[in-house]
Amino acid sequence: MPNTDEYEGIIAETTVIRGHNGDAIHAYFARPLGAGPFPAVVLVHHMPGWSDWYKEITRNFAAHGYLTLTPDLYCRTGHGQWGDVTARVRAEGGVSDDQVVGDAQGAIDFLRSLPTSNGKVGVMGSCSGGRHAYLVATRGTGVDAVIDLWGGGVVMKPEDLTEKRPVAPIDYTPQLQCPILGLFGLEDRAPTAEQVDQHEAALKAAGKEYEFHRYEGAAHGFMYHHAPQAYRAAAAVDAWSKVWDFFGRKLA
Amino acid sequence: MCTNIMHTTTIEGMGKGAKGWFPVAQAYVSYDHPMNLAAEHAVGIDFVDRVTGLERVAVEITLDSARSLVAALQTALAKADEWEAST
Repeated sequence: MPNTDEYEGIIAETTVIRGHNGDAIHAYFARPLGAGPFPAVVLVHHMPGWSDWYKEITRNFAAHGYLTLTPDLYCRTGHGQWGDVTARVRAEGGVSDDQVVGDAQGAIDFLRSLPTSNGKVGVMGSCSGGRHAYLVATRGTGVDAVIDLWGGGVVMKPEDLTEKRPVAPIDYTPQLQCPILGLFGLEDRAPTAEQVDQHEAALKAAGKEYEFHRYEGAAHGFMYHHAPQAYRAAAAVDAWSKVWDFFGRKLA
Repeated sequence: MCTNIMHTTTIEGMGKGAKGWFPVAQAYVSYDHPMNLAAEHAVGIDFVDRVTGLERVAVEITLDSARSLVAALQTALAKADEWEAST
């Protein structure tokens, strides 16, 4: 972070990128002012949608020196209040894994093409976005580091596979292309502690570089400061420090 | 879609949303992370319009509340059937 006598500035705005199949989709783009070069991060939003929390942390990443892009994964469904769009997406069974990977890939390519990029791109997501971030890091290209925040559904039972989610992400583990940081609450039910252990074992077996941290007394969404029932301040503060440390090391 | 619990049904009626009354054509019933209720999961019920599917009347309620609502609906429906049969 800058000293008190250093110039500091960011800009944040809605933009349009090319996502899956070349579709034009909205994305929230925040970046530090200046020539850079800056590392970049794609944020993969959670099931509740292209929400206020994601836009807030997009700006926060920019304030920490990252070119940060959060694509609207529900953009094709229509426009209105984000919660109303999410309700329709949920009724349609969510968005397909292929589409999310394609949209995130478009975001990665957009960021890397910027003249202010340092050539490094990280991906982070929470909840369903954690699962999606893992898919992007295994199926996409050009990911230098990935952070999975309590991603549910990385481990899936065969009966839970659907047309939109045809492969359990854990099965792509041999294809993981970068180091991974995983942050989980031990009281979470999606993923359960056992599923997190299973994921970690798969990473170890595949010889991947990983850092998994578990927080006692924390459940799903423990970093969501807007959700008092889920938020665990001590865990969240520690988790954010691990996020900045991990991306700081891997995207420099 | 963390729980994958979602059911939809076709309905006919009117709902009062943010812009006033509108025809409702579908109901979504889910059990997943709520947007506003202070709970990890909640029963969500959305009454939505036919044209865009984006105009809606929404509630997020606890499981006990949902069971209570179902019981009240069933009681009212039974009485409605009785009344219709007797007139």
